[in-house]
Amino acid sequence: MLKDITLGQFFPGNSFVHRLDARSKLLLLLLYIVSLFLCRGLLSYGLALGYLALAVSLSRIPLKSLFKGLKPLIFVIIFTALINMFYTPGKVLAEFWILRITEEGLHNAFFLVLRIVLLISGSFLMTYTTSPIDLTDGLESLLSPLKKLRFPVHELAMMMSIALRFIPTLIEETDKIMSAQKARGADFENGSLIQRAKALIPILVPLFISAFRRAEELATAMECRCYHGGEGRTKMKQLRYSSLDAVAAVAGILLLAGIIVLRPFGL
Amino acid sequence: MSNIMNIAIQAGDLTFRYPSQQEGEGRPVFEDLNLQIQEGSFVAILGHNGCGKSTLAKHFNAILLPEGGSVTVFGLDTKEEDALLDIRRTVGMVFQNPDNQMVANVVEEDVAFAPENLGVPSEEIRRRVDNALKAVGMYDYRRHAPHLLSGGQKQRVAIAGVIAMKPRCIVLDEPTAMLDPHGREEVMQTILRLNREQGITVILITHHMTEAICAQRVVVMDKGRILTDGSPKEVFVQVEKLKQAGLTVPVTTELLYRLKQAGYDLPLDALSTEECAQALCNWAKA
Amino acid sequence: MTPIIEVRDLSHTYSRGTPFEHTAVKNMSFTVASGEFLGIIGHTGSGKSTLMQHLNGLLKPEQGDILLKGESIWKDKQSTRQARFRVGLVFQYPEYQLFEETVYKDIAFGPKNMKLKEEEIRRRVYRAAHFVGLPEDVMEKSPFELSGGQKRRVAIAGVIAMEPEVIIFDEPTAGLDPAGCQSLLDNIAQYRKETGATILMVSHSMDDVARLADRLLVLNHGSIEMLGSPAEVFRQAKRLKEIGLSVPQVTELFLRLKELGLAVDAATYTPEEALSQLLRLKGGC
Repeated sequence: MLKDITLGQFFPGNSFVHRLDARSKLLLLLLYIVSLFLCRGLLSYGLALGYLALAVSLSRIPLKSLFKGLKPLIFVIIFTALINMFYTPGKVLAEFWILRITEEGLHNAFFLVLRIVLLISGSFLMTYTTSPIDLTDGLESLLSPLKKLRFPVHELAMMMSIALRFIPTLIEETDKIMSAQKARGADFENGSLIQRAKALIPILVPLFISAFRRAEELATAMECRCYHGGEGRTKMKQLRYSSLDAVAAVAGILLLAGIIVLRPFGL
Repeated sequence: MSNIMNIAIQAGDLTFRYPSQQEGEGRPVFEDLNLQIQEGSFVAILGHNGCGKSTLAKHFNAILLPEGGSVTVFGLDTKEEDALLDIRRTVGMVFQNPDNQMVANVVEEDVAFAPENLGVPSEEIRRRVDNALKAVGMYDYRRHAPHLLSGGQKQRVAIAGVIAMKPRCIVLDEPTAMLDPHGREEVMQTILRLNREQGITVILITHHMTEAICAQRVVVMDKGRILTDGSPKEVFVQVEKLKQAGLTVPVTTELLYRLKQAGYDLPLDALSTEECAQALCNWAKA
Repeated sequence: MTPIIEVRDLSHTYSRGTPFEHTAVKNMSFTVASGEFLGIIGHTGSGKSTLMQHLNGLLKPEQGDILLKGESIWKDKQSTRQARFRVGLVFQYPEYQLFEETVYKDIAFGPKNMKLKEEEIRRRVYRAAHFVGLPEDVMEKSPFELSGGQKRRVAIAGVIAMEPEVIIFDEPTAGLDPAGCQSLLDNIAQYRKETGATILMVSHSMDDVARLADRLLVLNHGSIEMLGSPAEVFRQAKRLKEIGLSVPQVTELFLRLKELGLAVDAATYTPEEALSQLLRLKGGC
C-alpha cells in the first residue's frame, strides 16, 4: 500500500530532455509557469500545450505515466472547476435552486482546469526526467548567490538529498512495524475515528525512535567521512551547460514571447 | 624505516568515561588501556556486547577523545584539532547498519561523498570512485539505488565509500552483524583482499569467532580491559578464559578441548576444519 | 492426529502485473505436528518471510490455503483475527516495535487487544516475563532504558503473553553476542518444554537450528527443497552447498573425517554427538 506512492519519481533515460542540465530544466519550468499565468485565450493555451507535447514526446515518457501522476489530483481539479462554474457572476445560462451556471463561469472553469493540468504535467515531466540528486544539485547551484546573504543553501540541499535517500527506507520500516503490531492484534481498519487515531501510536512511536537513531548514526558516519559543512566542498559531477541547453532556452523564450504578444489581443 | 613509522595506532594509558558519568562516579569504560597496532596488520578485536570495544574504536578516528592518556594515529595525536580531517581521512570507519551510513540515493554519489568533503578535484573523485567500487566488486552497480541492494552489497558500498578517502587504516565495527551468511562471506572476502592487496591496516570488531580466525592477531576485551592478545592460535587455546568473558570458541577447538579434558593428548590449536580433521585422524589411528 | 498447521499448495506473487512482479512462494505444501520444533532455513529471498506472514494471516494466500487444526484461517473474519493470536509471530529485531511507557504495558499490548480481563492480562504478562528471563524489577521501567538484549526479551514476551499455540521466531538471535544468543535459545527451549507449544524458527545459523529442531524445512527460490530430520537434511551436504547454504561446522568436520577414512557418521551435527562418536571410535580401537 505505502509502496505505491510516487513521490518525485524518476524514470531514468537518455533522451534530449533527460540530458538537459538540471538548472536549465528548473529555469525552463519557471519560464513555462510564468507563461501559463500570462495566457489569456485559447490560442496561447494551445501554444503552451504544444510546447508541453513537444517536450513530452522528446522525453519519451509514456503519456500513461503522466496521467497516472494527475490521478490523485482529479478531485481537487473538479472541485475548483465546479466552484468557478457556479460562483462566477455574469450572464446566466441555467439555474436551479441556489446554483447558477454563468457563461463567464464556464469560461473560467475551462481555462482553470487547462492551466492546472498543464502546470502539473509540466512539473511532473521535470521530476520524471531529472534524478533527485541532479535536482538538488541544480537547486543548490541556482540558489548559490543567496549564500552571500547567509542563506543556508548548501545545508538545505544536503537535507533535501538525505530526505530523498531515507524515504524508501522509512516506508519499508513503517510496513515492518505495522506488520509486527498487527501480529500482536493491533487493528488499524476498524473502530471509530478516535480509536483509529489511537491505533497509530504503536506505529508512530517506534518509527520516530528509529528515525532519531538513524539520524544519530548517520551523523557519526558523515563525520567519519570528513563531512564539515559546505566549505571547501567539491563535486564529482560538475553541472555543465551544453548546446542542448541553448536550444531549449530559445524554445522557452519563444514560448514566453509568443504568449506576451498574444496577450493584448485576448487570444 | 624507524620503528615509529610502523605503528598505525597507539593507545597509551587510555582512560575514558561517558560524559553522563560524573567525575569519580561510576566505572570508566576503560582505564589505563595500552594497545599498539602495526601498520599493514589485520587485527580482530573480540568481546561481548558492552565490553567497550566500540567505544575504543571510536577513539581511533577522533569521534571520541580520551579523558586520560592519548591516542596517536600514524603519528598524529587525536586531540590535535587542526589534524582532525587528516586523522579521519587516514582512519576510515564502517559501522554495523549499512542503511544508516549512506547519504545519497545513487551508489556512486554515495561513494563520492567523502572525497567531495575533502575538496578533491572532480576528475580525481571520478577516478577514486571507480577504483573504490572496483576494489569491492560493486562497479556494475554504480548507478543503482542503495535501498534495492542486498545487505552484503550495501556494506561493500559503505566500504568503498571509505576507501575513496584513500585511508591507511579501516576500522570496521561489527560490519557483518546484520548480514546473512552469504553477505558475511562477501564482506569478509572484501576486507581480506584490501588488507592483502592494498596493504591497508584492518581493525575488525566482531563477536564472530569464525571471522576472528582470519585475522593475524586477536585482541580479546572484557570489562574495558584487554583480557588476552596474540595470534588466533595463541588466543583460542585459552578456552576457559574466553568462556569467562562470555565468548564461545570455534567448534573445532571446543571438540579438541573436551577430548583433552577426557584425558587424551590433542593439540588445541588446530583451528581450521582441515587442521582439526588431520589432528583427529592421527589421534584416532594412533 | 490433525496437524496443528497445514500449508496447502500455497503460492504468493508480489506486485502482480507490474515490471516488479516476483513470485516469492510457489506451490508449497507441508504440515507441522503439534508440539514440534521446526527449523526453517534458506538464504535471503528464498520465501521464508512471505511464508511466515501467511501462517498467522498477515498475508492472504493468492492460491492455496492455511489450515489451523484442520480449519482454514480464512473461513470467516473471526477465524482470521483469531489466527493472529493463535499463531504468534516474532519478527526480526522485534525490539524496534516497542512503544509503551513501561515494560509491563508493552508486554500487555497483545493480551489487551485480545480483550482479556485485567487479572488475566496481569497473570500472562508476568508469566511471559518469567519465560524470557526478565527480572520483576524492570516491569515498571521504560523499555527504552534497557540494554539491547533485554529489549529483545521484552518484545518476545509481548508475543508469548498472547499464549499462542504456535510461535514463529524470525532470526531471534540476530545481532546478539554469543552469550546472549545462548541464553535466549535456552529460554526458547525451556519455554517449549514447559508449555508444549509448537515452535517454528527461521535462522541463518545452522548450528543453532540443528541443535534445537526436530525437523528442518529447507527453502530455495520459493519452493521446498528438503524437509526432514536434521540428520536426513545434513546428509545431503552437497546439495545444501549447491543452493548456497552451509552445514553445521561439526558436520563439515565429520565429512572430512569420513573422507580421511575414519568410520564416522557424516551426518553428525551436534558437538555432543560428535564427542561420543569420537570416544567410541577410540575406545573401539
